[in-house]
Amino acid sequence: MNLLTKSALVVGAILASTSLVHAECRIETGSIQMLGNEFAALQAVADRVEECASETIDVSINLTKEFGKLQVAALSADPAEYSVVITDNGALVPLMNEGLVRPLDDLVEQYGEGLNESQLIRVDGKVMAIAFMANAQHLFYRADILEQVGVDIPSSYEEIIRAAQAIRDAGIMEHPFATNSKVGWNLGEEFVNMYLGYGGSFFAAGSAEPAINNQTGIDALNSIKTLTEYSNPDFLTFDSNATQALWEAGEIALAIMWGSRGSSILDDEGSTSQIVSNTVLAGAPSVGGNDKPATTLWWDGFAIAANASDEDAEASFRAMMHALSPGLLEAHNDKAVWLVRGYQPTPAATGVSASASNGASPYPMLPYMGLLHDALGANLGDFLQGREPAEQALADAEAAYRTAAREKGFLN
Amino acid sequence: MPHRTFLGFIFAPLLAMILFIAMPIVSVVLQSFHIEHEQVVIQTETCGPFGCTYSTAIDTAATEQLRREQPLGRFVGLDNYLDRGHLAADEVQHAWRTAGSIGAFMTQLMNLPFYNALAFTLFYTFTVTPLVLVLGFAIALGVNNLPKLLRGPTIFGSLLPMIVTPLVGSLVLFWMIDAQGVIGKNLQLLFDSPNLSLKASATLTWVTLMIYGVWNSAPFAFIVYYAGLQTVPQETLEAAMIDGANSWKRIRYIVLPHLAPLTVFITLIQLMDNFRVFEPIVGFAAEAHATSLSYIIYTDLRSQITRFNSAAATSVLTIIGVAVLLTPVLIRTWRDFNRKRV
Repeated sequence: MNLLTKSALVVGAILASTSLVHAECRIETGSIQMLGNEFAALQAVADRVEECASETIDVSINLTKEFGKLQVAALSADPAEYSVVITDNGALVPLMNEGLVRPLDDLVEQYGEGLNESQLIRVDGKVMAIAFMANAQHLFYRADILEQVGVDIPSSYEEIIRAAQAIRDAGIMEHPFATNSKVGWNLGEEFVNMYLGYGGSFFAAGSAEPAINNQTGIDALNSIKTLTEYSNPDFLTFDSNATQALWEAGEIALAIMWGSRGSSILDDEGSTSQIVSNTVLAGAPSVGGNDKPATTLWWDGFAIAANASDEDAEASFRAMMHALSPGLLEAHNDKAVWLVRGYQPTPAATGVSASASNGASPYPMLPYMGLLHDALGANLGDFLQGREPAEQALADAEAAYRTAAREKGFLN
Repeated sequence: MPHRTFLGFIFAPLLAMILFIAMPIVSVVLQSFHIEHEQVVIQTETCGPFGCTYSTAIDTAATEQLRREQPLGRFVGLDNYLDRGHLAADEVQHAWRTAGSIGAFMTQLMNLPFYNALAFTLFYTFTVTPLVLVLGFAIALGVNNLPKLLRGPTIFGSLLPMIVTPLVGSLVLFWMIDAQGVIGKNLQLLFDSPNLSLKASATLTWVTLMIYGVWNSAPFAFIVYYAGLQTVPQETLEAAMIDGANSWKRIRYIVLPHLAPLTVFITLIQLMDNFRVFEPIVGFAAEAHATSLSYIIYTDLRSQITRFNSAAATSVLTIIGVAVLLTPVLIRTWRDFNRKRV
């Protein structure tokens, strides 16, 4: 074979492969700009969206943990900076508040034949987003260490505290517990979980008036405080990356972490086989003698920008349909608790599934929940450091929320 | 200089300043006097993978209509400035009336986000600025007395903290002071206390932030002073030596007065920079123990639900703060300038 035939063959092969990809995505033109959170499962989805790139279709992808802070500004622009956002039940609300995502009913009807009914997020009767995975914070434990101290698998926070005390007493670890307790969004989320576990509700019925400064709120805060006493003193700086690193370094034996971290903790990177083989994921614990797990259920899904052109919106929707087709599960079944048809549960999914089947509540999708969440995250740290009583911390959070809600027009 | 030439030189920068500095400030001031429209909410059913729930949602069409009519929102005058997130007029009055002692009043005051941030910002500014001046001058003197061969590498080394991006510099240090990090672990061994954590105590976090601030800004003072040292008149120094002045006296009576204008310059820049302290708080994840005015603006703007009006009010208060800080220095410079002209 001379050089010419060789290169002709190579070019032919490339052409053939691109046309194959074309055939699978079945998009002719358009451009797809995607914004989303960053973790292994979403990376897998993004990689499959990228397969749709061709000469006529631009694909650009921005996955970042800061997506929640970018999305409103980026989608307010006209035309929008991103045509599709990977979002979740918390982050979708600010987008809907501003009317930045479009109803998807017509696209679902035309191209959504592979979707389950439960994947469609309907608000006021209209499909506003498509969910594709479930997530929740739940228990991770080290089977070898629990066995060593002779403690059963904890199913409540009270049992977690007893187990942590046993590990401390046995001299194995001084600080056996960790959770995502960084001041800000993470700490706010811990309170939301605990408060719902105690059966609390955040707002006076049917209004935006906060209702957290009560005995339930104080119980929830005290439980968090007791837990943090078994956590490394740096706990107010722990985000998901920090707790995962602690786990993989074998510094902790009990943790409440996101289910979506499960696959990267259970893989063979970043840790020893001793730690990985003894890591078990279990449902979220209950608290205060209630049956309900003290956690919130989240879905991750996608929404399409209202300010994207119809062509780009359609291309993005079809690219996402390609990404979420059963081919996704062939390579990435273990990366998440997929809501996609044909998903087979794996050990990394047990925590989320158990939490859901034990009756955990979904994270509230109220337009003003984000403001309360931020107010909680900013004001509860003082209590956890012992600088003020629980009532004061809750009163501060309520006052901060009221100021914000008044400015945003939710309260008078 | 003829007015025409002057205008020719100044025109482009003036235009840029109006476009990128003056107009945004006007817009920020305007926004700080407004809040958003009342939200029109509707009761709806929301369904998803975890079932259906009744909840509220915003009627975006109705809200859009309100916004078109009045794009800025509702005018509220100074309300944003006086609310709990800023000057907290009601809360401060209440604290003043109910607190029995100054101590109790201060505790209540420090519980308000704006005053808490202001306290750290001012403490940081007035600690770091003098330390930067002293340290920068000391390094400059030291380098100036080195043999010529060593000066180049030393200058480069001393400038490194300024070359490193502030956020990266603070992150590197953040990992080093971690309880598992090289500095954190060694401190635990040194003080023989396994629970010692620089991140867990408010005092130690403040100390860390200020050490970082000095480390980061000292090279700026150093390089300015070093340049200034090259212009100190040698004849005066030699004359002083003949008169029997020792090196301390030469510095005190010749070098320092000669460099006074530079000291004013560095002080001005440092006061402005330090009053806007921000990156280290993010880098060190120090928000539990220390917040600054810039950090409050950041959280307002980069939460999931952005609060432009609140951020605008804090921004205006920051501008006023910088102006107040700089006034004494500027008045002094103005007097000196007038004296020299006469």
